Amino acid sequence: MMTGTAELRGQALAIHNLSLEFPTFSGAVKALDNVSINVGKAEIVGIVGESGCGKSVTTMAATGLLPRGRYRITGGSVRLFNHNTLAMDESQLQDVRGKMVSTIFQEPMNALNPTIRIGKQLTDVIMRHEEASLPDARRIARDILADMLIGEPERVMKLYPFELSGGMRQRVLIAMAFSCNPGLIIADEPTTALDVTVQAVILRLIQNRARRTGTSVVFISHNVAVVSQLCDRLYVMYAGRIVEHGATRTVLDAPLHPYTQALLRCLPERVAPKQELEAITGAVPTLMHPPAGCYFQPRCKEPVDLCRSRSPQLAGSDGREVACWRRGVAPETSEQGSRQ
Amino acid sequence: MAITRIIIPRLVLLLFVVLGVAVITFSISHLIPGDPARMIAGDRASAETLENVRRSLGLDRPVVEQFTIYIGNLLQGDLGTSLRTNRPVAGDIRTFLPATLELGAVALFIAICLGVPLGVLSAVYKDGPIDQIARTVSVCGISMPVFWFGLILIYFFYAKFQILPGSGRLAMGIVAPERITGFLLIDSLLQGRFDAFRSAVYHIILPGFVLAFANMGVITRQIRASMLDVLQEDYIRTARASGLRKGMIIFNYALRNALIPSITLLGLALGDLLYGAVLTETIFAWPGMGTYVVTSIQTLDFPAIMGFTIVASIGYVLINLLVDLAYMLADPQIREV
Repeated sequence: MMTGTAELRGQALAIHNLSLEFPTFSGAVKALDNVSINVGKAEIVGIVGESGCGKSVTTMAATGLLPRGRYRITGGSVRLFNHNTLAMDESQLQDVRGKMVSTIFQEPMNALNPTIRIGKQLTDVIMRHEEASLPDARRIARDILADMLIGEPERVMKLYPFELSGGMRQRVLIAMAFSCNPGLIIADEPTTALDVTVQAVILRLIQNRARRTGTSVVFISHNVAVVSQLCDRLYVMYAGRIVEHGATRTVLDAPLHPYTQALLRCLPERVAPKQELEAITGAVPTLMHPPAGCYFQPRCKEPVDLCRSRSPQLAGSDGREVACWRRGVAPETSEQGSRQ
Repeated sequence: MAITRIIIPRLVLLLFVVLGVAVITFSISHLIPGDPARMIAGDRASAETLENVRRSLGLDRPVVEQFTIYIGNLLQGDLGTSLRTNRPVAGDIRTFLPATLELGAVALFIAICLGVPLGVLSAVYKDGPIDQIARTVSVCGISMPVFWFGLILIYFFYAKFQILPGSGRLAMGIVAPERITGFLLIDSLLQGRFDAFRSAVYHIILPGFVLAFANMGVITRQIRASMLDVLQEDYIRTARASGLRKGMIIFNYALRNALIPSITLLGLALGDLLYGAVLTETIFAWPGMGTYVVTSIQTLDFPAIMGFTIVASIGYVLINLLVDLAYMLADPQIREV
């Protein structure tokens, strides 16, 4: 990729060629293979891909949330506002998380502590990172809840999570994520567990607050439709690799990778009436024994010979890259073009 | 109020439990072979003497009448007169029960103070050396017989090194403080009798620890298991993702939830303590209910046995009530609904 260090400095998150594996008794699972993701300041970037493709692992590795000792970084680097999070110990990470980067997870049902009042859970986080007295912290918490369109924030702060609906809980979690004004928010499938009507509201809340405060957002989803409404740029992941990325419009209007194309053909809104929806045949390869060549090749409709022997590297220009031999990139130039 | 909604039905239930227990103990005392009158009068007593003893005990009246008298007395707090000591059973229980409760309370305190942190550490450093040690200790606690462990401790701490006393509640030569609650530790402090307090503390360490040890193992295991569950929860991940400190996450965010499933166990442990107290008291010559009940059973002292059974069953109902109240305290979902 054509990213120089000067440009990296202006990034909220710069993940470069990150490779990661989970050692197991029966061998290493190569969960991430040369994953590079850049998120500019105040930019909203989406990562799409099906379950298990490594979307969450990528961001959890970057924020040090993966269980210690259960994974191995085999290459690459992570820069979070120019800090090397991979080299940080747990205590340093604790200062970074919540203050520099916050994560909103899916399943708001269980993401809040069931035995602690909402207000305390918010002020605990605020007082952890800000020089705030308890009354100050409560004021901050109340304001941010109000900003999340929660009526009667004072009353909500006295409640326990089980007294709130799923949508309300997710608002509380978003409020918590934004409470210390982090530069980057990672929204890991924040609306997957919610009703469709609530989803749209929640997405708008994240988007509006981020745009207003200049916060960068990484939006992780398996739902292309959701991501397309929010994000400036898109990364498409498949089996631990980035297969395509570019501006959201460009990727959706002219997808280059067969996987992206197939994903888009699965969307009802993109298919003409009465035409049957497509499904991608086959299954995601196991990452313990991945196939030779392109990981998507066994499910690809039109593979060429090269696909079975060598894995394609991301190549392209102007912030638009795809990893596919059928895009006519010769292996030699691709190897050189993608390695720095 | 939720509290009254929990307490009142329990108190009503308590009445029925006591009545039920009274029926059962009363029937058993009349069904079990063995004639208390003969026990008192002796083997060689004449038929006439026997008859007199029987009459004085009320054993010559119809069973139903005996039962109504018994229940009537029971409701007035009269548990009858011990056949063995010739004193009111209620008074005997008042004398011996505090010693047992004191031992049980100290044992429970030790078990919780050691078991909970051990379980937490064990879960946080799962599979590490601390976990291995904690698991070994808890298996030992659960599987070692109380009498054996007690004797080992007496051998080392009392017989061999003479660090701690091995029997009784107070050292010889120390006058017991005036009885207020019956708890020596409390009474001696209330009266400023620090010599008695210190002696009482020394005396309760060994039996308290022996009694605590088994329950400590159970508590450690339970806390470890529920901590491991809780540490997997999404809200712990949220807390980590918000940068909260590890100590705060473990003790404030995780332990609070891990305690909820452990509360039932603590209630059961309390019951276990009373039961384990019988053996412990025997080994350490602790003048408590355990010793009293064992002797009563051996001498077929029915009023004493029945009295103890009723007190114990009231105790169980109260413990269950405490468990429910503790649940309310720990789990807002029960409290606020």
